[in-house]
Amino acid sequence: MDKLPEIILHISTYFVSAGIILATLRLIKGPTMADRAVALDTFTVISISLIVLIACIAGRVIFLDVGMVYAILSFIGVVAVARYIEGGL
Amino acid sequence: MELQQGIFVLMGLAMIVAAILAMYVKDLVSSIIAVGVVSLFASILYLLLQAPDVAMTEAAIGAGLSTLIFLYALHKTKDAEEEND
Amino acid sequence: MSWNSLLGSIITLLGSIFLFLGALGVYRMPDLYNRMQAGTKSTTLGTMLTLLGIGICHYEWLGQVLILIIFIALTNPISSHALARAAHFKGIPLTAKSVTDKLKEEESKAEVL
Repeated sequence: MDKLPEIILHISTYFVSAGIILATLRLIKGPTMADRAVALDTFTVISISLIVLIACIAGRVIFLDVGMVYAILSFIGVVAVARYIEGGL
Repeated sequence: MELQQGIFVLMGLAMIVAAILAMYVKDLVSSIIAVGVVSLFASILYLLLQAPDVAMTEAAIGAGLSTLIFLYALHKTKDAEEEND
Repeated sequence: MSWNSLLGSIITLLGSIFLFLGALGVYRMPDLYNRMQAGTKSTTLGTMLTLLGIGICHYEWLGQVLILIIFIALTNPISSHALARAAHFKGIPLTAKSVTDKLKEEESKAEVL
């Protein structure tokens, strides 16, 4: 009973990894580039969760800063791809 | 198998798949997206190897800045091709 | 075993199930707009629940985690909206099962006027 929260965190890490596998399949299949951009948008959100879960399992607070930097810059990347598809940039 | 080793192997396989996709896909924007995904997984790999500063740099430069610069360069070269026609 | 870690881990499990279902929707849905809806709404809620659960587990991290939650709640709908707008103006078709397209009707009305 004492290790129950740790086991639940491991199970949730497996769920997040399965989500990454499914988004990878969409990245491979996606017929147009907009589908791949949607897959990239899903990847960024899921990987922020994975980074924070790794921070919780490893027990180091500095990993949260990596997640924050990644959240800011991946947002800029996805918006840049969207503006390029629309034609502007 | 340990949990962190499992994530390690998964990230490595996903990096290889995304890199092969960046080589074989037809249009260039999909290649740029695949390169950004490779950089994302490399960032998580550095995180698992207990190097958070390298992971932060990889996330900033690889996933954010290089995607932007590649798209800007693609936009500029496409304009030059249309002028030459 | 303290009660806040058990509560936080259960909230994290709930959020990760939402993330998995969102990724399953991204894989299974028939066209781009449905995929985008599955990949935005469900993953936004899932990420917010996951981060909140970890903030409850380690309550000394709660400030940074709340900043991250506010940032994701602000930026993720914006990027999805930009993608949907770009896909519509590029002319990516809806699936064959879709019933109505209000934006196209409004645009054709504006062209007539």
